Amino acid sequence: MDVVNQLQRQFLDYSASLHREGFLDDQFTQLQKLQDENSPDFVVEVASLFFEDCEKLINNMARALEQQQGVDFKQVDASVHQLKGSSSSIGAMRVKNVCIAFRSFCEAQNREGCLRCLQQVTQEYSLLKNKLQTLFRLEQQILAAGGSVPTIE
Amino acid sequence: MSDEDIVNNNLTALVVDDSPMIRKLHEMHLKKFGLKVQVAENGKNAVDLFRCGASFNLILMDKEMPIMDGAEATKELRIMGVTSMIVGVTSLDSIFERQAFMEAGLDHCFTKPLTSENIIFLLQELNNKNNEEN
Repeated sequence: MDVVNQLQRQFLDYSASLHREGFLDDQFTQLQKLQDENSPDFVVEVASLFFEDCEKLINNMARALEQQQGVDFKQVDASVHQLKGSSSSIGAMRVKNVCIAFRSFCEAQNREGCLRCLQQVTQEYSLLKNKLQTLFRLEQQILAAGGSVPTIE
Repeated sequence: MSDEDIVNNNLTALVVDDSPMIRKLHEMHLKKFGLKVQVAENGKNAVDLFRCGASFNLILMDKEMPIMDGAEATKELRIMGVTSMIVGVTSLDSIFERQAFMEAGLDHCFTKPLTSENIIFLLQELNNKNNEEN
């Protein structure tokens, strides 16, 4: 029982830190609330789809920004817009915030600014991916030890 | 409406969005409230479903989709005589663009992400609509 309590404590602390540091916002908590016994892997599945989305969109942005003959900022903006939508839907707050700044640079047709944002968004996505994988691992450890994952209010 | 009323409905919904993540998310949201949900990945697929005789009480329509976007699909469905409740769900922030989307024939338009409050509101609207038609 001690091990379970310890792991649960770790999970709650880690979760709290992710919210505190702005990686996740309330939308992620809403997602966790949607998960139930009929769909026990819901959050993990949504997160995987999100990361697939991120990778695809980031590649699109990179390709569009590489164009030597002239960057199609509308195309870049379309991908950033999509990423903003996905990230706000999953509660990926920091990714979303970079997207907001990114869109301004697209509007201003500022290639340098866009490239900086692309770098930032790639970084934030990688960070979030690692952190969520850690969170999910903690969940698995709790379940393996016979405990239940505490719900966050 | 009691909580029980909200969940024990015979309502069907179609989620139209090109993002697999959003489709999964919205599908789950609606299932939680007892709706039977199908998904379509763009406007054309949605229209085709209706042409093949499918019908749904509620359509959640994304705006930006390849092949046929949400506004076009909505216009098409209305021309076809579809009276389902069509609700736009979009990350469009320009009022002008939202207005244009509404004018395509939407009953309501929400900003992403969809919340439980949005769904409860829609269920109440659907309930009212059913009562009016009966």
